[in-house]
Amino acid sequence: MPELSAFGNDPFWLVCIKTIGVFVILVLLVLFTIWAERRIVGRMQNRIGPNRAGPFGLLQSLMDGMKLALKEEIIPVTAHKFVYWLAPFLSAFAAFAAFAVIPFGPEVSMFGVVTPLQLTDFPQSVLYLLAIASIGIYGIVLAGWSSGSTYPLLGGLRSSAQMISYEISMGLSFVAVFIYAASMSTSQIVSAQQSLWFAILLAPSFVIYVTAMVGETNRAPFDLPESEGELVGGFHTEYSSMKFAMFFLGEYINMVTVSSIATTLFLGGWMAPWPLSLIPGVNEGWWPMLWWLLKTCLFIFGFIWLRGTLPRLRYDQFMRFGWKVLIPVALVWTMLVAAVRALREEYAEASNSLLVGSALVLAVLLVVLIVAQVAMARKNAEPEPELPTGLVDLEDEIFPVPPMPGQTFEYTPRTQAPIEQGEDETKKKEVSDG
Amino acid sequence: MTLVMQAAESSGSTGEQVTFWICAFLIVTGGLGLILSRKTVHSALFVAQTMISLAVLYAANGAPFLALVQVIVYTGAVMMLFLFVLMLVGVDSSDSLIETLKGQRVAAILMVLGVVVLIVASVGGALSNSTSLGIAEANEEFGGNVEGLAHLMFTTYLLPLQVVAALLISAALGALVLAHRERIGERLDQTTLANRRVAAFGDGVHPGGLPNPGVLASSNAIGTPALLPDGTPTELSVPVPLRGKKAPEILNDPELIKAEQAEIESISESESAIRDAGLAGIGGHTDLSDVYPDQLDPDEAGTGETELPPAPDDDAKPGDA
Repeated sequence: MPELSAFGNDPFWLVCIKTIGVFVILVLLVLFTIWAERRIVGRMQNRIGPNRAGPFGLLQSLMDGMKLALKEEIIPVTAHKFVYWLAPFLSAFAAFAAFAVIPFGPEVSMFGVVTPLQLTDFPQSVLYLLAIASIGIYGIVLAGWSSGSTYPLLGGLRSSAQMISYEISMGLSFVAVFIYAASMSTSQIVSAQQSLWFAILLAPSFVIYVTAMVGETNRAPFDLPESEGELVGGFHTEYSSMKFAMFFLGEYINMVTVSSIATTLFLGGWMAPWPLSLIPGVNEGWWPMLWWLLKTCLFIFGFIWLRGTLPRLRYDQFMRFGWKVLIPVALVWTMLVAAVRALREEYAEASNSLLVGSALVLAVLLVVLIVAQVAMARKNAEPEPELPTGLVDLEDEIFPVPPMPGQTFEYTPRTQAPIEQGEDETKKKEVSDG
Repeated sequence: MTLVMQAAESSGSTGEQVTFWICAFLIVTGGLGLILSRKTVHSALFVAQTMISLAVLYAANGAPFLALVQVIVYTGAVMMLFLFVLMLVGVDSSDSLIETLKGQRVAAILMVLGVVVLIVASVGGALSNSTSLGIAEANEEFGGNVEGLAHLMFTTYLLPLQVVAALLISAALGALVLAHRERIGERLDQTTLANRRVAAFGDGVHPGGLPNPGVLASSNAIGTPALLPDGTPTELSVPVPLRGKKAPEILNDPELIKAEQAEIESISESESAIRDAGLAGIGGHTDLSDVYPDQLDPDEAGTGETELPPAPDDDAKPGDA
């Protein structure tokens, strides 16, 4: 376990190597994630997905990236040039910068220097993650504003409202982790989970974080800022070529980032999962990077699965969920954790069972809340209207509408010429009129 | 200014000095930019620049917690809400430079001078009378920056903290009360609005969107036939199952055709001129029945016809375009 004092002593060349290493890992992970998303969603939708470029289509995202870079760039006349140019860089910068404090493993020997597998760490590194995330929002908001067009503006506003809302519950879910790890540094939080993952100990925090992280990355079912049915492409509608690629890159890096934050804070970071952790030496050297990668990929798969499964929420439902469900639950839970922690300081025993008990109570409360909301919605819903059956009544004076489910035409378009019937009608009408 | 320069030179390594001068430049240009930009969004961005540069200075001076909280709270939340409002209120509005309150500028300058004097007097006085240990020693007492802050906040300054918390909560409640609106009628949800739209349809207000450009009909409903350039409706555009009653009515009712034609004529002169010019070269048929035989085979409907009917006035000769 690296101590905090192990950080900040690296020679300059080692810092360079680590930085480039993080960059390469991120870019490769993004290329892999895009490919995996298309393949997995394809499988979920009973199709094949990209399989032409390279083995299993693995080079597809690389080719797409090259295509994007070579495309013509179109800048709207109404765009505010400097801000328009700045926004994608802010977005991509924030995405990359967040990874500086993610721990990939314990101390290893690199070219004769013993150093932690982490670019840097300091006592407040999780706060740094939050700060970087809030700068990342600027990229999206400014992109929306500077495009000088309506859809991007609406997308940018939606996005900022959404990310600020979900950042609150995200930050609140961190508090319980801070209290139990007694630190805000990522490496110390990982070592605090040696015996028990916080995902189990602080299950409600974990659930809240996992929900908030989907909202924070603008992914389905919370992808309202770029809902193509309503806003074309959202904040990046007016972006093309390399600048669009930067947003694309930023979005997928963000996915990787929040996944690895979840891994670090709740799933024991780079430490091997339980049955594997019994093997000696499994948490030493370069092996932990593999565990980290597996756990992160697990979350990324979760993202893809969500996208393949759930429809998009309506904006007001989404906001109501964030403010009226997630934040109150997070607040109550945080207070509970703090209270239990204080009790533990005073009375050493009985605190663990108390925490587990309160977690259960809270989980039940959450379930009851959701069930009650669904029941209320059912109760308030109007009874299903009786659908007409039988033949479509073409004589009816209402506007012609397609047949309801269960209704049929008395003819099919191919077996009978309907035009004759129409003519008969009009002839009759003419007779009666005349 | 000299005080600041002395402070910068007397303390810290060259790295710290370089950081200071870069950040100082960014902070001052950010402050000036706030006042001098014409676009409010640009002003907001300059404030963000000042805030982030300040945060860098805090971090460089051994207060990383303050630096990060500054970015999260001010840059991330407060400034973002400002931007939010600015974007919603007026995307391109730039403030007028006319003084709305009389003597406002003079008063503002005087106030600023007063505040500067107050800050220099109080902070300067406090600093000159105390010996500073440096942040490293202050942090050491409780084992770290955050721990030291936490200790101070929850022991010595507990009461002020609670008071500030109460103030913030009342401010938030005040905002809620001010923004609260009593709901007079029932809440309009999607179902209600949809039902209303359908009810209004009975009075002739079509629930769908307006016709797309170029459709040239009063409605773009699926049962409404599209109009040919001369204003006559074409049965081809109506799906076969819907040709039962209403569509043929329009097709055969001379009054309805007249109404639609009147609508077409109300389109501006230039547009119809363009239309004529564009179609004059294609014309050839004069009799509509050549193009659309009375008995339409449904299998052929909407497939074979590519030729366009003639322009309304045959005076325009081919080649005019």
